[in-house]
Amino acid sequence: MKWFIDLFTSTLGRKALMALTGLFLVLFLAVHLAGNLQLLKDDGGRAFNIYAEFMSTNPLIQTVSKGNFAFILLHIAMSVYLTIKNRQARGPEGYAITSGKSSAWTSRNMGILGTLVLVFLVIHLKDFYGQMHFGQMEIVEYEGESYRNIYATVSYWFDKEWYVAVYVFCMAAVGFHLWHGFTSAFQTLGWSHPKYNPVINFVGKAFAVVVPALFALIPIWMYLN
Amino acid sequence: MKLESKIPEGPIAEKWTKHKFNLKLVNPANKRKYDVIVVGTGLAGASAAASLGELGYNVKAFCFQDSPRRAHSIAAQGGINAAKNYQNDGDSIFRLFYDTIKGGDYRAREGNVFRLAEVSVSIIDQCVAQGVPFAREYGGLLANRSFGGAQVSRTFYARGQTGQQLLLGAYSALNRQIANGKVKMYNRTEMLDVVVVDGKARGIITRDLVTGKIEAHSAHAVLLCTGGYGNVFYLSTNAKGSNVTAAWRAHKKGAFFGNPCFTQIHPTCIPVSGDHQSKLTLMSESLRNDGRVWVPKAAMKGLKAKEAVNIKEEDRDYFLERRYPSFGNLVPRDVASRNAKYVCDEGRGVGPTGLAVFLDFADAIKRDGRKVIEQKYGNLFDMYMQITGDNPYEVPMMIFPAVHYTMGGLWVDYNLMTTVPGLYALGEANFSDHGANRLGASALMQGLADGYFVVPYTIGDYLATIGWTDKVSTDHPAFKQAIEEVNGRVNRLMSIKGSKPVDQFHRELGLTMWEYCGMSRSEEGLKKAKKKIQDLRAEFWTNVNILGSANELNPELEKAGRVADFLELGELMVDDALNRAESCGGHFREESATPDGEAMRKDDEYAYVAAWEYTGDNQPEVLHKEELKFENVKLTQRSYK
Amino acid sequence: MKITLKIWRQKGTNDKGSFKTYKMDHASPDMSFLEMLDVLNNDLVRKGEEPVAFDHDCREGICGMCSLYINGRPHGPLQTTTCQLHMRSFSDGETITIEPWRAKAFPIIKDLVVDRTAFDRIQQAGGYVSVNTGGVPDANEIPVPKKIADEAMDAAQCIGCGACVAACKNASAMLFVSAKVSQFALLPQGQPERMERAEKMVARMDAEGFGACTNTRACEAECPKGIKITNIARMNREYFAAMLTNYEVEAGAGGD
Repeated sequence: MKWFIDLFTSTLGRKALMALTGLFLVLFLAVHLAGNLQLLKDDGGRAFNIYAEFMSTNPLIQTVSKGNFAFILLHIAMSVYLTIKNRQARGPEGYAITSGKSSAWTSRNMGILGTLVLVFLVIHLKDFYGQMHFGQMEIVEYEGESYRNIYATVSYWFDKEWYVAVYVFCMAAVGFHLWHGFTSAFQTLGWSHPKYNPVINFVGKAFAVVVPALFALIPIWMYLN
Repeated sequence: MKLESKIPEGPIAEKWTKHKFNLKLVNPANKRKYDVIVVGTGLAGASAAASLGELGYNVKAFCFQDSPRRAHSIAAQGGINAAKNYQNDGDSIFRLFYDTIKGGDYRAREGNVFRLAEVSVSIIDQCVAQGVPFAREYGGLLANRSFGGAQVSRTFYARGQTGQQLLLGAYSALNRQIANGKVKMYNRTEMLDVVVVDGKARGIITRDLVTGKIEAHSAHAVLLCTGGYGNVFYLSTNAKGSNVTAAWRAHKKGAFFGNPCFTQIHPTCIPVSGDHQSKLTLMSESLRNDGRVWVPKAAMKGLKAKEAVNIKEEDRDYFLERRYPSFGNLVPRDVASRNAKYVCDEGRGVGPTGLAVFLDFADAIKRDGRKVIEQKYGNLFDMYMQITGDNPYEVPMMIFPAVHYTMGGLWVDYNLMTTVPGLYALGEANFSDHGANRLGASALMQGLADGYFVVPYTIGDYLATIGWTDKVSTDHPAFKQAIEEVNGRVNRLMSIKGSKPVDQFHRELGLTMWEYCGMSRSEEGLKKAKKKIQDLRAEFWTNVNILGSANELNPELEKAGRVADFLELGELMVDDALNRAESCGGHFREESATPDGEAMRKDDEYAYVAAWEYTGDNQPEVLHKEELKFENVKLTQRSYK
Repeated sequence: MKITLKIWRQKGTNDKGSFKTYKMDHASPDMSFLEMLDVLNNDLVRKGEEPVAFDHDCREGICGMCSLYINGRPHGPLQTTTCQLHMRSFSDGETITIEPWRAKAFPIIKDLVVDRTAFDRIQQAGGYVSVNTGGVPDANEIPVPKKIADEAMDAAQCIGCGACVAACKNASAMLFVSAKVSQFALLPQGQPERMERAEKMVARMDAEGFGACTNTRACEAECPKGIKITNIARMNREYFAAMLTNYEVEAGAGGD
């Protein structure tokens, strides 16, 4: 087991954990978005509520969901650890001037962006996930089956201007986080090849723009309607 | 003392094999009982330290840089020669031997040079096995090029960074031995003296450049792999730290100095831009394959490259093509350099200092197109642009000769041992293989030959002869005394507290050497130089100013120690140049020229190695002559007309 | 040209350092940056002030000894070594801030001089092919595809100056380490020790206290030799493959 510990306590191993958990969260985002897009259906929330009920009761999904939380925590824990280590690696005295010309802003500020995403996550979990799992829910019936009306909760929040604004802002942070994080994960895992790098880059950048934009579109759309 | 070169008897091609058989061997189990000191970690030092470590000796290696990887071998650009005959173009060990002897203008030993050519083939094998990424053809085999006017393609290269790759190869072998505990590495440590007891080299005294601590190290043998002394000219293509101190200290302890005046001056360097100039940058001489060298027919001092394009063809003097119709711009280094000097002496030099000639690619670009030229010389053009700010695709380059390599060095016998038993000199630090002029791509070859394939054999003979019990510990009074001497010298330097910075003395020495002991030397000038150097040396010891203290990192103190030695070496170079009243290779005596100004060798009088013996401070050195016998090549005068 | 220099001065490793300001009114645009410092130092000596210590040697951009963090960038504004930087890259009247490389693994020795022996120790951990002198096959016995040789050469060009560490916000040495790992991973001569090399060099790198790579690519942008971060990806691959698959074989004893 020594090799296992050595691997995941090395800088490269820790970075690999960041990358692997990050990529998993990227997948999660895609799935989550697919569900959320049902909010755009003009059916009074029926499709969304059915979807939400399925997601919160299906045992397999629930297991994956627990894993998802674990990965988020692992991703955060590793990032905190590595950030501290990286700060220490600079040594006792920092530079008086750094030009910043040699690297992209997003790549240098993944910590700040990640923290913003975390703050969003806390609010988001409290208002939606927490409500769905632990709160008092209105019940609706579709074809004789009863469902918790999470759609009502969503419309409640997305009716508030400031909430929509915060949501959209946080989606921008997610976008910037992905802008660097997506391709960075591939680099960290060593998945780099001159033939495929352009594809990874394109997909990464497209994902970083399209997915958060669609997420942000939903509250805007609901607010306007 | 009679000089014994110890060249083995017998046919030239069998000498080395026979000699290797006759050398005594050290029992494998006993090798760990021997300590060897290696000073310098360039190609010669790193390869020797690694090879000796592999054999089982305990090695201590020293370099003044912060890492052994920085030694100046790293800067060699062009390539490394080897008689592999991979190109099937008629190369052979004998041809490489012949070319090297002839290129050295018949002032090198046949035996040594043949051995060099012989082991050259093993060097390439060794480097490839270490993972040196030499240039290759599409079929995966090694690529070669013809270099420096050679008639065969025998030069192996790794882009324009051959020296770097070879050094990093040797450095990696050295690292392996450091990791194995067979080599102990001392970075940022400078050797300041060699300790001789009972006539044998027993160790060295060093200064830790970070703490200033003076320390003694004892060993059964000491290898000096400390490079050349081109920095005696202040401006040269050497690294700023390159120095003669180790060799000079050894010289003062009894090692003879061979042919000190033999200096190679490289024609294609970027000219001096002002008084602030600290070093000269070499550009590969391959540039002369396509560039045409010229100056205006009439003196036009201060002419800028931008204005040169407007000068009419009939007002230009392509002086190399004019004087040497058959070789043109491709005449050997010394001829090209000397002719550039002549036209500048006539006042026809260009640029702000008047010390430059044009190297023009306009015709080549017109003929081959910019793209072809870019492929061949792109990196050199970029470098030139970065340093000068001029674009050589549009205006001619300006070039001027600069000191590049010193063929002279510590006198060594066939075993690379100096006149002090147990003290060896390898690579550029010795005088042995290049005669009066070194061929392109031969310096790397010699450094690695000495370190990988010569000294590991020859040192065993000495060690087996003396036995492992014949070692002196650092508690010996001689070490104590040497430490005191070194300390005394350091303190003396620190206590002068004069008014001039070290650099200023160095620059003045350089100007004198360049003026009188550079590309062209005359009895009158040399005598003048001797006096000037003596005066400057006297002033140095009363007026140099070194700030800071001796027990910390003090670059000024380091420089001062080196300049002090250059101030002594300079005089010996002048003496040697005075003594050698012939022109040969890089050494051109104005008194020994043909009527049309070409070099004239005097084989009846000067076919010898001048080995100088130190006899005391301010005493004239004593000349010993090692006659050179040529049994395998016929002596001819070079002609490039 | 006239310039103002803000230079980090520090007596020794354990002393406290600070910036000192120097005015220079006779710099020439044709001077190299280090020649400008030479001039400053000679002026200081004449004034009886201790000159500024800085590392340098070959002054032709290949030995890797010069360093200096100039106006917030290693080796200054151009992607080259400090010794190849000329004053014409600065404007008249400019204030130039000069700092040493800053990394825990590169302790300051004095002023602008830092200790980079951590790099040597990483190389000693496995940056070599274990062949003794002599007894090797003919150089042309193993063909190496030109493309592979060229790619290995791209990586092998590293001069070990430490600009990658200086540029990286995490003081990570991965570009340096990966250049050597890559060179040998590509070449056939490096294959026998490929796995152990990656394991050992990475372990040493971590032990020296360098940071982790966050793929900002600052190292690549500042590397004077243009070493690419594809080498880091290759090192990562090599390392993971080694850690996941490599195992010890116990050799039988005796036999003599």
